[in-house]
Amino acid sequence: MSKILELAHLKKYYATQKAVDDISFSIEKGSIFGLLGPNGAGKTTLLRMITGIFYPDSGEITLDGQKFDPINDIIKIGYMPEERGLYKKMKIGEQALYLAQLKGLSKAEAMEKIKFWFQRLEMESWWNKKVEDLSKGMSQKLQFVTTVLHEPKLIILDEPFSGLDPVNANLIKDEIYGLAQRGCTVIFSTHRMEQVEEICDHIVLVNLGQKILDGTVSSVKQQFKENKFRIQLQELPANLNADSFELVDQKANQLTVKIKEGYKSNDVLKYFLDQNLSIEAYNEILPSLNEIFINLVEGSKSTTRAFQNIND
Amino acid sequence: MNKIILVAKREFLTRVQKKTFLLTTIGLPLIIFGFYALIIYFSVKTTDNFRIAVADKANIFNNKIESKDSEIIFEFVQADSAALPELISSKKYAASLYVPASFTLQGTDSLQFKSDKAVGLMTREKIQRRINKALEDKRYEALHISKAQIDSLNQDRDLIKFSTANGKTDGETKVGVSYAVGMISGFLIYIILFIYGTMVMRGVMEEKVSRIAEVIISSVKPFQLMMGKITGIGAVGLVQFIIWIVLVFGLQFAIAMLFPSLTESMQGQPIQPAGMQAAQAVKTSGAMSGLMSGLASINFPFIIGCFIFYFIGGYLLYSSLFAAVGSAVNEDPQDAQSLLLPITMPIIFAIVIMTKAVNDPNSGLAIFGSLFPLTSPIVMMARVAHGVPDGVTYFQLALSMVLLILGFLGTTWVAAKIYRTGILMYGKKITWKEMMKWAFKKS
Repeated sequence: MSKILELAHLKKYYATQKAVDDISFSIEKGSIFGLLGPNGAGKTTLLRMITGIFYPDSGEITLDGQKFDPINDIIKIGYMPEERGLYKKMKIGEQALYLAQLKGLSKAEAMEKIKFWFQRLEMESWWNKKVEDLSKGMSQKLQFVTTVLHEPKLIILDEPFSGLDPVNANLIKDEIYGLAQRGCTVIFSTHRMEQVEEICDHIVLVNLGQKILDGTVSSVKQQFKENKFRIQLQELPANLNADSFELVDQKANQLTVKIKEGYKSNDVLKYFLDQNLSIEAYNEILPSLNEIFINLVEGSKSTTRAFQNIND
Repeated sequence: MNKIILVAKREFLTRVQKKTFLLTTIGLPLIIFGFYALIIYFSVKTTDNFRIAVADKANIFNNKIESKDSEIIFEFVQADSAALPELISSKKYAASLYVPASFTLQGTDSLQFKSDKAVGLMTREKIQRRINKALEDKRYEALHISKAQIDSLNQDRDLIKFSTANGKTDGETKVGVSYAVGMISGFLIYIILFIYGTMVMRGVMEEKVSRIAEVIISSVKPFQLMMGKITGIGAVGLVQFIIWIVLVFGLQFAIAMLFPSLTESMQGQPIQPAGMQAAQAVKTSGAMSGLMSGLASINFPFIIGCFIFYFIGGYLLYSSLFAAVGSAVNEDPQDAQSLLLPITMPIIFAIVIMTKAVNDPNSGLAIFGSLFPLTSPIVMMARVAHGVPDGVTYFQLALSMVLLILGFLGTTWVAAKIYRTGILMYGKKITWKEMMKWAFKKS
């Protein structure tokens, strides 16, 4: 698969902070990509460079095989920032039309697409309403529509589900899947790890302006697994004395074991089979992204990121 | 370019379609004019039939005080000073005038005027004028000076003919009219800069307040957004101004038609500072009949052309600065106040120079003010009103225009850089020092 976006050694320094400090990664076409990081890690700055709002101090952005051109590539990108809003006094239909035209669509094209999306998300009756009449979730939906309306190749969503109820969140989630299937690439930035785990194919974790993790969700989990297994037995053995593992935790008939180096998961199974105990369940415990995130970020003092002097 | 038009269109339409726009554009002048019409009407209107009992013991007035105005009636009575209060209290007369027997035309004695209640300013003035006129006539009579002689004495006012070296007449009426035109156009530009500059500032704050700035900036360059806003709001201003001008002239005409007797008195009324000064200028310049020739001596197409140029130039120059401030402040309009000071100072400074320049268009201060881009839109109008090359040389006019264009490009460039950074800033209170840092850092 070809790459939709490639970042090479991007840097952006502010007066007191290295907001983005030499970050490179690439995103495959049609994938859902998770950009993770604690508050102030440099995610927003990175996204602003990708959307052409900021120019990087150095480094290169390649969009769809060509050098990124902030003025002409606007139409290829749909960006829903974390800090977002709508013109409060404007009618919803007019607002959608205006935003679509700003992206570069003609009026007729824009109308056609607005109708399609409004129908799809059951928003037709909103046309003549004003934004002030909408609930937070409703305006969130409208913001999503205006972001994807022009069918951009690259969609960037920063915390897209904040403020949405589960039903509407699912609705938007399904749309994100649908867009990815139709060849759009989605960059998804959030702190909500369970959403990332559910939605994303590939993740990058940034902290203190640097990339500290890059890979598919499953490979990352594999990378950080601790060889822990959970085994549920009908009855407990009299005593546990095996070379292949050690007991970590015990809850009723459920044991959590950690396999020792040099042994495989089958060795554990074999041990219990040999004892003629009936096994009800056996599975590997992979760390959740949440745990990995906290492990990596904690201790880096990123939560109290200090202001530093940049001298260069 | 296309996007600037899109943004401008939205700015224009959302403002023009608002109900408040119609209200302020059409309602406001109507209310103001109605208000002034009422004030003028009541201040001009005197009490019906103000009857004054005159006890002329010295027989100075010969039983006659000229009173063109039917509202004030002088009636001569044979009564003592003691009997006069009774005449008033019996409501037969509203006031009394007692001329003591010792009163002579050359003497310094005073006349006693008594009324049952306080006399209004206008009425008082009318009474004074009538009595003084009557006294004056009597004095001339006593000196055996005829009316024709007095007129011939007053004639030499027009004896000195002012003209410029190249033969153009430079009469007082012309100077008066130039003064008025300069003053009015200067004040108009001053008002425009303030009203629409603030409107641009609020417009820019709209994006920040509604948190849509980043969404918009991801599809439009900040410069395009800023220019779109400036042109859109400028168009609103132009439309509003044209409506106002039409309304003002229409209403003035209507008032003149409805109260023909009022128009004369209106000239003394403080309708607006510029109008008042203009009216006074015309008044001091003498005969009203000369007004038309004065107006004719002014090159109106040229003045209007200059006005439009300085209107647009000044607006563009200042609105970009107002936009920069708007982008730097947060939701709190109070923050804007302190940041606005450096912008409002030159405007106020300009209006001060303008009032000087309109009197003396070729003073050093006036020349400086009319060339310096931050003050030239206001000051140059005062000089241009005196005509070219009397008030301003062609070279200075051209230089001022070029400098204004350069100034506009300069402020827009600076403002665009401040705007770019400011529009995405939240929660932080910005100072001018920081704004300057944004403006001059390399992008």
